[in-house]
Amino acid sequence: MEIAQALLTGFGRTAPTRASVARPRSVHEVAELLAAPGARGVIARGLGSSYGDAAQCAGGLVIDCTGLPPFMNLDRKTGLCAAGGGVTLDALMRALLPHGWFVPVTPGTRRVTVGGAVAADVHGKNHHVDGSMGHHVRSLTLVLPGGEVRTVTPDSDPALFWATVGGMGLTGVITEAVVQCVPVETSYVCADTERTRDLDHMLEVMAATDAHHRYSVAWIDLTARGRATGRGVLTRGRHARRDELPRRARKDPLAFAPGRGLRAPGWAPPRLLNRLTVGAFNEAWYRKAPRLRRNEIQGIGAFFHPLDGVRGWNALYGPRGLVQYQFVVPFGAEEALREAVARLSGAGVASFLAVLKRFGPGNPAPMSFPMPGWTLALDLPAGDPRLGRLFAGLDELVAGAGGRVYLAKDSRMPASVLARMYPRLPEWNAARRAADPDGLLVSDLARRLALSGRGTGHEGVLS
Amino acid sequence: MKNALGTVATVLLLGGRSEIGLAITARLVRDGARRVVLAQRDTDTARADTARADTARADTARADTAQGETAQADTAQGDAAGVHTARADVTQAVAALKEAGADEVHTIPFDAADPGGHAAVFRAARERLGDVDVVVAAFGVLGDQAAIERDPRAAARAATVNFTGHVSTGLHAAGLLRAQGHGTLVVLSSVAGVRVRRSNFAYGAAKAGLDAFAHGLADALAGSGARVMVVRPGFVRTRMTEGQPPAPFATTPEQVAGAVAEGLRLDRLTVWVPAPLKVLFAGLRTIPRPLWRRLPR
Repeated sequence: MEIAQALLTGFGRTAPTRASVARPRSVHEVAELLAAPGARGVIARGLGSSYGDAAQCAGGLVIDCTGLPPFMNLDRKTGLCAAGGGVTLDALMRALLPHGWFVPVTPGTRRVTVGGAVAADVHGKNHHVDGSMGHHVRSLTLVLPGGEVRTVTPDSDPALFWATVGGMGLTGVITEAVVQCVPVETSYVCADTERTRDLDHMLEVMAATDAHHRYSVAWIDLTARGRATGRGVLTRGRHARRDELPRRARKDPLAFAPGRGLRAPGWAPPRLLNRLTVGAFNEAWYRKAPRLRRNEIQGIGAFFHPLDGVRGWNALYGPRGLVQYQFVVPFGAEEALREAVARLSGAGVASFLAVLKRFGPGNPAPMSFPMPGWTLALDLPAGDPRLGRLFAGLDELVAGAGGRVYLAKDSRMPASVLARMYPRLPEWNAARRAADPDGLLVSDLARRLALSGRGTGHEGVLS
Repeated sequence: MKNALGTVATVLLLGGRSEIGLAITARLVRDGARRVVLAQRDTDTARADTARADTARADTARADTAQGETAQADTAQGDAAGVHTARADVTQAVAALKEAGADEVHTIPFDAADPGGHAAVFRAARERLGDVDVVVAAFGVLGDQAAIERDPRAAARAATVNFTGHVSTGLHAAGLLRAQGHGTLVVLSSVAGVRVRRSNFAYGAAKAGLDAFAHGLADALAGSGARVMVVRPGFVRTRMTEGQPPAPFATTPEQVAGAVAEGLRLDRLTVWVPAPLKVLFAGLRTIPRPLWRRLPR
């Protein structure tokens, strides 16, 4: 098995660290790697689409899961699909759609693996109706430290199963998941688009009508100030029926072959994305959106994964990379959301379109991010010197409101606020310790947030 | 682990009494660092701490009781060496760092002039900190040029601290950070080494050597995840420079600390403090030697 030294970062391209990267070709090889991973620990990595340091392990071993067999097995009657941990959601969609099935949850990109989607317990535009990935997983196969291969279901081992969902890879390497897929008639979405004049207007429309739509998400403009603060565009949709499609598309209603899209240049000057350029983009994008448009037929790619149309867009943030901040505050804490939006637009930072969404009920996973409430996600250039203070203030605001920050997006939070945001951390730690008593599963995120097996963060270094 | 915004969690300061080093450490703590080890010369405090590997609160208490002897011992050694070092009060330093937000501040013994003991210093730091995110190598002695020219042995001792000591700690730090796969070694160089002046050429020569060594080490570490940052301050107003007339572009330990924090955030290799010195020295380097040697300072 080839093992190479590499500097790794997440999607945000910040804080690179060096690790030995192994690319196993079989579950057996994963087990071999986990039998004796070395003193600095080991973590699995998929496509590296977490924004921060979740899939890197400084000085240790990183298991690149994309070389695992691209195993997919769909039961066409029930829609139960078993897929390898390294299979991408893109590959899964291409395989499922011709048979009239779709993934139960898709994040804003298809460039994630099944293992990563479970480990981050990803959510999509349907969270308020369907929940996150964990709701739809029927069983998981893990390789544990020491090399044992174990299959768990919510009934056979609820503690390990739910600690793995949203567990950021710290309970084992996910090599297979069985997921309940959803039936669709077409590979198209019937979408409504609506422009809102400010944040209150947006919250009002979403709260009143979200329940009627399976998919719902809003993009809000954090560069707009004054009365326009929080203005945005709300997009809702549902899977289109065959009879709704234009005549030409009806011949092959389940066709799904998204192109490779454009490729962003691999290099951009520092500060290309600044307050001016981002503000102008947001303005143009807001103006371009229709005030109200109903029943537009869109392809699945255009509706769910618009950013996948420009590969490598993260490079546009230049050599210093980008930071994403995504938080949720419970319903009833709308004041905290308003305050966060006011601070972000008031700070004059260059925030591209931020994503606002209502979450439905969470699942039993102790470290799962979603909870009933409002979530807001935004990208900022990491080089901005004001971000440290801005985010620290937002952490306090969010934790104080009973909310939390999404670990798959996080690249900067200190360990001290984590327990307040994730009150079930001790329960998760207990399950993690049972699966990994020697604390061998370690990532840079785990070190930063003191999520290592024995609790204090000191023992990240064993060598 | 340095986060996406350049904030670190742990700091090892070599030269725990250096005002510049302490200012840098305090700044990193205010920005989010939570655990600190101060490695400094010859204190009973530090020895006791190593023996017992205790919490910082206990350190503070012991530092209080040991302070008298410590100061005495230091003075004696300083006199013997014919140099005087900048010293900050240990107790005050520990208290100030905790005030700034540090959860743990440990002190351990460290003698720059004893490379044989350096492995133990890094081992002790690692035991207390876990991963060492930043090593600040701030130790050094300025010395009195006239005295040094009269006393070659004292000159050699100062050079041992200012250059040889850094070669040893630099290589130890590089080994540690390389194994970690991340971390930054911050080396306090000086503009005195950029073009060595008549008035302090012994000190300047050591800094020139250190500066070159640190840049070479940075090249050696490329791709390892570990980094080196070389800081070239101009005249810094500290106890070490007390009594000397300030040079143009004089700066303060706090300004140096700010530049280091920004350098960490932006992954800089060479940091001039204040920044205009970079341009100034590009000019100074071209001054013909007969004229250069006659410059008053």
